[in-house]
Amino acid sequence: MSGDSTSVIVGEKKWHNVVLGIIAWIVGILFFFPVAWMFMNGFKTEAVANSDPQLFFEPTTEQYTAVTQQTTGLLGFTEAFANSAWIVGISTIFVMILAIPAAYALAVRPVKKWRDVLFFFISTKFLPIVAAILPLWIIARELGILNSRVVLIILYTAMNLPLAVWMLRSFFREVPKSLIEAADVDGASLWAQLTSVVLPIVAPGVAATALLCLIFAWNEFFLAVQLNTVDGQTVPIWVTSFVSTRGNFIAKLSAASTLASVPVVIAGWIAQKRMIRGLAMGAIK
Amino acid sequence: MAEVRYEAASRIYPGVPKPAVDQLSIEIEEGEFLVLVGPSGSGKSTALRMLAGLEPCDAGSIHIGGRDVTLTPPRDRDIAMVFQNYALYPQMTVAANMGFALKQAKVPAEERRKRVEEAARILDLTEYLDRKPKNLSGGQRQRVAMGRAIVREPQVFLMDEPLSNLDAKLRVQTRLELADLQARLGTTTVYVTHDQVEAMTLGHRVAVLNFGVLQQCDTPKRLYDEPANTFVAGFIGSPAMNLNECVVEDGGLNLGGLAVPVPEAARAQLTRGETVTVGVRPEHLVLSDQGLAGEVRVVEELGSEAYVRVHATHRGQDLRLFVRTEGGTNVHRGDTVHVAFDGPVHLFGPDGQRMATTVAAPVGG
Repeated sequence: MSGDSTSVIVGEKKWHNVVLGIIAWIVGILFFFPVAWMFMNGFKTEAVANSDPQLFFEPTTEQYTAVTQQTTGLLGFTEAFANSAWIVGISTIFVMILAIPAAYALAVRPVKKWRDVLFFFISTKFLPIVAAILPLWIIARELGILNSRVVLIILYTAMNLPLAVWMLRSFFREVPKSLIEAADVDGASLWAQLTSVVLPIVAPGVAATALLCLIFAWNEFFLAVQLNTVDGQTVPIWVTSFVSTRGNFIAKLSAASTLASVPVVIAGWIAQKRMIRGLAMGAIK
Repeated sequence: MAEVRYEAASRIYPGVPKPAVDQLSIEIEEGEFLVLVGPSGSGKSTALRMLAGLEPCDAGSIHIGGRDVTLTPPRDRDIAMVFQNYALYPQMTVAANMGFALKQAKVPAEERRKRVEEAARILDLTEYLDRKPKNLSGGQRQRVAMGRAIVREPQVFLMDEPLSNLDAKLRVQTRLELADLQARLGTTTVYVTHDQVEAMTLGHRVAVLNFGVLQQCDTPKRLYDEPANTFVAGFIGSPAMNLNECVVEDGGLNLGGLAVPVPEAARAQLTRGETVTVGVRPEHLVLSDQGLAGEVRVVEELGSEAYVRVHATHRGQDLRLFVRTEGGTNVHRGDTVHVAFDGPVHLFGPDGQRMATTVAAPVGG
């Protein structure tokens, strides 16, 4: 009898799970559909892409060839990707160099008024970036760094720094205080405490933070389009260069967008795995 | 190896008016095993952390080996500490954990390996040197934490309740090993515990703290035989000393009709009508045919011995006495028994300080 009652409960749960599963799939498909459509359009000819939507078509890579080799825009595919890689990579390195000590100081050896400091960091994100663009543009012009990689490296570092400090701080707080005290008693300098004891423990969290900064910087469009449309053109600018007033461009734009998304998808996939490990870090102890 | 000296050292936590450690002065000799004991909140851990440099010293000073280290950071104090939760570095192997301090001190790799292996041999950890802490049992982790301390050959060992995460049986065994290890190495050790049995069995001397104030610092035997005040009397010894209040009368003192012997010297200090505390340990009371009559409430039979809880009422005052008897006693709950003194009786003044300890006259004598 007891066996029957158990199976009833299990059955109810199963039924529940099926319904939840279906809802999850519907929501997921709804969100994913535009991305999937973009991906498919990239393999269509302009004619097919601009006619009535069709699910089955003869795939072609001609759009990819076109976007990677075209020279009609200001910069080509390789230059744009190289620019983005440089800007995103270097700004993320700067962010980590600055954020790790800051977060360590706030988490492990809190300074006086650390709450205010933390709030100040995040408050820099409150101001709409549109409101700051004119001063930024003028400063950049006066410094002679307008339309160069440098301006975006500086701005992306500033943009991601608050986020990185907040994230890293929460990871650092997971490190048991007695471990740091043990290292202190064991004769480790502040640098050795950080590099030999704390960072190896929070490595998954540091990796997750860095990847998130990479993604945010890679996707940034507004600052790039306002301050940097000539020499240091990044991938998002390159993608929009396919928007044309003459002729059809949907298929080409889709192919370019897909290419622009690839690094983010890879980084996101890695970040997701790391992030879960990073967030579960506290639970293991 | 070095001597350690606390000189009126105080720690006042911000926002708390009462000091966590209040003008602590202790001198710890070279090679001595000193135990800091007290209930939670007594400041014993804070006192240890002050010695480690993990808590600042707000007043007074701390000296290690004759050197004033009050303002020295932990890493320059040449001390090793065993933490309650062991604080092993999770990403390092046992060998790396034990060698970490030596690596920081830039000891050459070859010598480091030798010293780690030597410590591992002493602690029976040789086969675990390549493991990570998470793959060790609680007892093994505890030994690694010990190993990390002894590898360094520091001036002082600091131990913060190192046995409290072990199960009862392992704790007793490790306690013996620890006492043996300390005797062999001869390193000055300061050990914190809330367990008075641990304190009594390990310490050459035991410092009893309460509310941040040092109550008494003496050998276990002296603490037991001559507790300085009612707190120490009640804290040291298990089961605890019987402490009952007693009003001074013309003819001296009597506890529920039992005459309490008062030595001549102490007699002058007693004022009629004053309330003093009479303390007597359970093993210094006997069940006899005469003496204080009371009712047996609980009998705790331990085999080798038994403890009998006797309740008596005398002139409206409730008295509770814990009496130790031989095992296999035929006393039962509800019986009426008579309790008499059979050993030292302690007198504590109205301020709780010990006035005198006397040996009662034998029963019937």
